Amino acid sequence: MTKFIIRRLLQTIPVLIGVSILVFSLMYLIPGDPAQMIAGEAASPQTVEQIREKLGLNEPPPKQYLKYMSNIIQGDLGNSIRSGRPVADEIKARFWVTVELSFYATILAVFIGLIAGIVSAVKHYTWSDVTIMIVALFGLSMPNFWFGLMLIQWFAIGSWMPDWMPQMRASGWGDDWKQVILPVVTLGTGGAAIIARMTRASMLEVVGQDYIRTARAKGMGERVVIYRHALKNALIPVITVVGLEFGGFLGGAVLTETIFAINGMGRLTIDAIRTRDFPIVQGTVLIISFLFVFVNLLVDISYRLLNKRIDLN
Amino acid sequence: METDLLKVEDLRTSFYTDEGEVKAVDGVSFILPKGKTLGIVGESGSGKSITALSILNLLASNGKIVGGEINFKGKNLLSFSDKEMREIRGNAISMIFQEPMTSLNPVFTVGQQISESIIKHQKLSKKEANIRSIELLKLVGIPSPDKRVKQYPYELSGGMRQRVMIAIALACNPEMLIADEPTTALDVTIQAQILGLIRGLQTRFGMSVIMITHDLGVVAETCDFVAVMYAGQVVEYSDIFTLFEEPKHPYTIGLMNSLPRHDVEIEKLEPIRGNVPNPKEMPTGCRFSPRCPAATDLCRREMPELLKDDDGNDVRCWIYSEKWEGEAEVTVYGEKRIAKGHGSETILSD
Repeated sequence: MTKFIIRRLLQTIPVLIGVSILVFSLMYLIPGDPAQMIAGEAASPQTVEQIREKLGLNEPPPKQYLKYMSNIIQGDLGNSIRSGRPVADEIKARFWVTVELSFYATILAVFIGLIAGIVSAVKHYTWSDVTIMIVALFGLSMPNFWFGLMLIQWFAIGSWMPDWMPQMRASGWGDDWKQVILPVVTLGTGGAAIIARMTRASMLEVVGQDYIRTARAKGMGERVVIYRHALKNALIPVITVVGLEFGGFLGGAVLTETIFAINGMGRLTIDAIRTRDFPIVQGTVLIISFLFVFVNLLVDISYRLLNKRIDLN
Repeated sequence: METDLLKVEDLRTSFYTDEGEVKAVDGVSFILPKGKTLGIVGESGSGKSITALSILNLLASNGKIVGGEINFKGKNLLSFSDKEMREIRGNAISMIFQEPMTSLNPVFTVGQQISESIIKHQKLSKKEANIRSIELLKLVGIPSPDKRVKQYPYELSGGMRQRVMIAIALACNPEMLIADEPTTALDVTIQAQILGLIRGLQTRFGMSVIMITHDLGVVAETCDFVAVMYAGQVVEYSDIFTLFEEPKHPYTIGLMNSLPRHDVEIEKLEPIRGNVPNPKEMPTGCRFSPRCPAATDLCRREMPELLKDDDGNDVRCWIYSEKWEGEAEVTVYGEKRIAKGHGSETILSD
């Protein structure tokens, strides 16, 4: 197992290098001269040249990349153009906000998705199954920026329901738990729907397997058959979806953070794109990509723990 | 009748599909005496597996037992509640299945899967159950059982997995074992080992066995009694010697004729012409009549009853009834015989 984890860790290195090259190239893929953009339209050629020199833009790109990478390894992601503060500090301040939001959203999605999926599978073709699947279809189809706005409309500004919920998250998490609810529901609903559908499909496939009949032939009760024998097998494909969802939440929190005015990484990225603050964009994209790779690694490991058949090689 | 462990009477099991009711088992009766082995033989789709699953009520959700009685030690299992049935399954009656590769749960160790039923039915602790699991693995002939008990099914071969299935089935010393084609998916050499193992354990523990198979060779080797099934019905039930020496039903005779034998020389094997009828479109009259070489208008018009003779052997064929006029000629293994009579005896001549 340790060997497996080490091998998987080593395998992520080429992926991370590839990601960093892509992120680095962002600077060059965007039309226009980065130095000119940083300096602004009205800047004198000397100023532009100074900035170019300062950023090392006169060096050949491979050399620039190596320098960029060596800085990253030392934890230096450059400085924000707008605020002048180190990008690492800017991200640090927002990082946990997004991770926390994604984490709660994942918990919600897993909790609701699993229960709904299991109920649907166990009572398949009954009205509860049909109802759950229709609701799941809605959950899946609603764009979350719209759903977020609707939630605000319904629960936060008192037009339909009393204004139970705050519209936005002004203070830090934990100061007011109510602030967490609407953003988490907005972000987690789509994931819950996907997990519910996945769990249902997976459970339906598993309960038709021979080993489920064997469990019944041993005299096991329906509860043991479903929750012990079937669920553990059915969870294997679901785990992948959960991991991908969590990774998706990290990147997809952009919209939710914007709607609820949450100072997370998503909003940081959007603001940086609007103000052409390239080092910040590079930094956030890099961090989110690394997180995604890491989450996938965790998925692989949990996969291996659940499914003994996956060979180490 | 104290000696009869299991007595199935007029069992009827149907499946409800989009296209309507499918009568998979339609009036099956047989007796399994204590300590004996009953073979249930038939082609694919004859209802033999459904009969077995009906005994333990392990049918798929669209299947339902619609009639008959399954008397186990004098009690009708069909009157049992779900909870009472769970006490029977894996405890008094165990079952092993055709597909050892998929019948074990891939995410639990061999030990966990054997222990599970011991813990449930015999109320042993986890530790005691594990010790018992190792004993059982040893009993079914698995080498280094203390190592195997911690392994997962994917680490075992098909033959080994079937041995594990047998160990699970034997875990609570069942009075009756249902083996649903236990050797069909295995290599011939392994087949013989598994059959030998089941037979050995049967004599050792005095179990009764229902051996479901399509292989008359397996029947000849292991069974004391045989029920031949065709299209959801028992067409012949008799002791093993009578069945092989004097098969009565034209279907049984057809099966015999399509089987190579080392003690009889024959130029070529006779297959049974035609196919098993679709259960949704059963022929009227005798279900074998479209394929039967001896069929008459009577056969095509009316379904024969199961006729019993004095030795307890049954046959579902008009030839042996009083309604049959004249003589019927059958060929058993290249040897022509005249079959005629009703109930108790068959007149044979050449």
